[in-house]
This record gives sequence, C-alpha cells and structure tokens, in this order.
Amino acid sequence: MASHTDYIVALTPPSMGTGAEAVHAVNPWVAVAYLVSGVLFILALRGLSSPATSRAGNRFGMLGMLLAVVTTLVTHIPGAGESYTWGSSFVLDTSTLFEILIAIAIGGTIGFVTARRIQMTAMPQLVAAFHSLVGLAAVLVAVAAYLNPGAFGILGTDGNILTVSRIEMTLGAAIGAITFSGSVIAFAKLNGNMSGAPIILPARHVINLGTLAAIVVLTGMFTASGQAGPGENNLFWVVVALSFAIGFLLIIPIGGADMPVVVSMLNSYSGWAAAAMGFTLHNTAMIITGALVGSSGAILSYIMCRAMNRSFISVIAGGFGATASAGGEAKEQRPYKRGSAEDAAFLLKEADNVIIIPGYGMAVAQAQHVLREMGDILKEHGVNVKYAIHPVAGRMPGHMNVLLAEANVPYDEVFELEDINHEFSQCDVAFIIGANDVVNPAAKTDKSSPIYGMPVFDVEKAKTIMFIKRSMSGVGYSGVDNDVFYLDQTMMLLADAKKMVEEINKALAD
Amino acid sequence: MDFISILSIFVMACFVGYYVVWSVTPALHTPLMSVTNAISSVIVVGALIASAAAGASGAKWFGLVAVALASVNIFGGFAVTARMLAMYKKKERPAPKVEGQS
Repeated sequence: MASHTDYIVALTPPSMGTGAEAVHAVNPWVAVAYLVSGVLFILALRGLSSPATSRAGNRFGMLGMLLAVVTTLVTHIPGAGESYTWGSSFVLDTSTLFEILIAIAIGGTIGFVTARRIQMTAMPQLVAAFHSLVGLAAVLVAVAAYLNPGAFGILGTDGNILTVSRIEMTLGAAIGAITFSGSVIAFAKLNGNMSGAPIILPARHVINLGTLAAIVVLTGMFTASGQAGPGENNLFWVVVALSFAIGFLLIIPIGGADMPVVVSMLNSYSGWAAAAMGFTLHNTAMIITGALVGSSGAILSYIMCRAMNRSFISVIAGGFGATASAGGEAKEQRPYKRGSAEDAAFLLKEADNVIIIPGYGMAVAQAQHVLREMGDILKEHGVNVKYAIHPVAGRMPGHMNVLLAEANVPYDEVFELEDINHEFSQCDVAFIIGANDVVNPAAKTDKSSPIYGMPVFDVEKAKTIMFIKRSMSGVGYSGVDNDVFYLDQTMMLLADAKKMVEEINKALAD
Repeated sequence: MDFISILSIFVMACFVGYYVVWSVTPALHTPLMSVTNAISSVIVVGALIASAAAGASGAKWFGLVAVALASVNIFGGFAVTARMLAMYKKKERPAPKVEGQS
C-alpha cells in the first residue's frame, strides 16, 4: 500500500498547473450541467419512495442522462471543444459524431428491444446482464484513459499519467472487471446456463485472498512506477486480468439461494466502478451517480442478508446449499391432511380475512394471474384479501411485488413482512402458494436448522392454513422439512399451483 | 477541481444515497435496481470522451465499444424501469360489492 504521506504529496500537483489539456476546466457551465444531471439522478431515486411519484422520477433520470450525454458531446467533439462558448459558432467533426451516434443507436436498439421483450420472471437475469455491461464499459473507459491519457486530462507535466489518476483508473478498471465477470456468472446461474449449486474449489479462500492481495500490491507498484505510460510496463494489464479472474472466482462458490444478495452486491460494485472513473475524469455527474448506486446496492445487499439471517461475510464466503440438503435425517412419513379444491373454495368463501403468501414457486407455475382472479372473486364475496410478501420471496429484492403488479394486483393490497405479520392471529385463512422456507417455524424454534433466525411469517397463528405444493416430497430452497405441513389446521393442496387455483376459482364460481 | 473538492462531493453523495435509498419503498426495490443500473451508465461520459478524442486510435475504438455497451444499459435500463412502474396500480375500481372491505 502507498503510504499516507505519498498520497497527500500526490494530490497537490493535479489541482493546479497542467491546465492546458485539462478537460474538466473548460467552462463553468459545463461543471454546472454535470452537477444538475447528478441532482436529477438523486431525484430519480427519490421518486421511488412511492409508486405514485416513481414514474416522474424515472423521467428525471432520463433527463439527467440526456443532459450528461449532450454536455459531453458539445464539449468534446473536435472543433467544438476548446473554443466553445455560448453563442459562438463552431464546426463539428461530423464523422466522429456519426460514429458515436451509430454506437449509441446499436446499443440503444439492443437495450430497448430487450427491455420490451423480457419476461418479468427473468428480471434478475436481465439486471445481472446489465451490470456486466456497466462493468465492461468501465474497464474499456479505463483502458482508453490509459492508452490516451491526454484526452482525459490526466497527463502530468512530466508526460506521465498523474499518480492519483493512476490509482483512480486502476481502481475503476479493477472494480469494473470484477463486476463484469461476477455478473456473467450470476447471469449464467440465474438463467440456468449453469447449475445453481455452489462450485467449491479446494483452498478457494487462499486463492481468492492471494489474488486480491496481488491486485492491491500491483496497483501500488503501478502507481509508484516512474514510467507509467502505455507500453512502459504491463502492470495495468495484469491488474485488469487478475480482476476479471477474481470476479469469476468470487461468484462461482455462491449458491443459487444467495443470488439476490449477489445481484445487489454487483449493483453496488457497478456504482463504485462508475465513481472511480468519475474521480479520474473529475466529473460530478459520475461521482454522484456512483455514490448513489454504490449505496443503493450495499443497502439492498444488507436488506437481503437480514431477510435470510445470513451475514454478508458468510454469503461472500459461499458454499451455502452445498451441505444443507445432505443434512436431513432419514425422513419418517408424518401424517398430514390433504384437501381438494372444493374444500378450499368452501373455506375461503366463508372466511372474513384471507392472507395470501406467494413465493417464487407461484411465478414458476405462472399462477399469478389466476391467483389475482381468485382474489377478485373472494372480494366479491366480501372477503378481505391481502398479500404478504417476504423480502426473499422472489429472486431479487422486490421481485415478487413486480410479478404481482404485472398480474394487476393493486399495490395497496400488498404488504411487507413486518407490516402484516401481527395480522395472522385474526386471519381465517393463510393461503401459501409456491412459498415454503418463509413460513417455516423452524426458523424461530430449531437452533440446528440452517434457516434458524430468518424472519418468517407466523402462519401457524391463522385459523386455517392452505398450502399449495406439488407433492409432499419436495422441500424448499434450503432443503429443510416444514412442520406447518403437519399441523392440525393445515390443509395440503397437492397439485400444480396454477391448476389448483384454477380449480378453486371454478369451485368458487359454482 | 482539486481532489479534496471531488472527495467532498463523493462523501456527501454517499450520505444522500444512504438516506434516499432507505426511503425507497420495498415494493419498488426491483425498479430501484434497474434504474440505478441505467444511471450508472453515466460512465458513457468517459466513453464519449475517449471516442471523440484525437490521437490513439485504439483508445477511440475502446471508447466506441464502451459507448455501445453503456447505451444498451441506458435505453434498456430506463425502458424496463418505465415498463415495470407502469404496472403498479392502486385499487381504483369501486369493487362491485363493497361490504367486507374496510
């Protein structure tokens, strides 16, 4: 690590002098434009505090991006750059502009078409894929800055890249590379191109820590080396290569159940990569955005970890899901009650309060639309219907809310775990569809259970529990048996979720 | 701008991010992720600078590829966020039989 004093010394020169090529000292209005675009991004996130304001927020985000792109084009297209002042005439280098517009058109079309076609169930994969692109773009920008430092205004008077810029750009490239390869693995696991089971290399902790240490040491060496222009040494390239490798190594041992945390974490990394490049370019829009995205991903990872009662370190260390399923002792057959769709329909019609607990299994069975129809029929019978969502109900934070929204479930009928959990004691029917671990009381009572300590729904307090499940043999993601199956008030509805709900709807209509 | 000013902006933005993100309703965490994804593509600024710069042609091509990648994210991220947000509806229909609802 470079010592503290080295760093301070390194800081002073870039602030003054070297002005000739400094792109960030063009025009005060340019700095203001980037600042405004940063503020618009803050407003974009602020809008998400409620669904009512969220759409306006998204438009603020688009406006901010447009402003940032136009400002950059206006100030950097050759012919416009150095001499540009408001009102002055300038000659655009149209061929460069043309190339850039083609790149935007190609990327934009791919992005737009994908966004329109993607299934809502595939949202986690899409987000992982998008993260990988941000990561790769960050690497490419860092590489471009390394190859052509003059254009980025990071060339010192001695003809070398400024010391502080070397740290920033290497950091940006390294985080970007980790984001890229990590997201590619996360995408493959979520998309089913790769098994969700953790891949455990022997001595993986030693390998990972060694690689990370090598990245830090090499970054230090690159920063300290006298000649650090392109072609002088290969340290920069080695750091980038190792970072691609570590992103891959970090994610392969993490099991499918932990993917919500991983996707959030990679979201955070993509932000830090953008921030590091913002430092290199002295660009406020990039720094503000990077900080926002970085915090956002970090907070979402924390929320996901808390919802699974996992520590962040244990998720990163990986291996969860490799041992749990083997742990179950020889299963004895315990008695349970099986119900039919007609029984379920009868009880549901008689109920006053019904709480529906959907899990990812519901989305897999594509049962969300018939489920919403069931809710509508019950409401017509005067039943009070609510949906209860566990933070890990889907494959990423908030995923289940999107899936229900897609099925036209009004968002004010959907409640979070802590807001609805006390209502189960007054609830006549808890209707569990496609969920399992999130209603397992073992999380509260059995200290030896792998899910012990995870917050769960108190469904056992409900008068009747209806549990839709394909068969009695399968168990949840964590591989743990569930005592709720065998309770007196539990009615097991063994069938495909969609078929079962359709039959209940038919029985309700009669 | 000197390093300390930039660092100050960064630290302040981290705090702003912290409070703004905690105020996001959990129901919108997926759109939050897709929109942060879109805005983190502001890295396109760096890509545009590289593409527009004269000099090293390698850097220019890396820049153009980065512009294309970031554009996938910008257009895709905002479009998919808009698509999701359009689905969030309040219950507005006056419900045929209103009894059991309070």
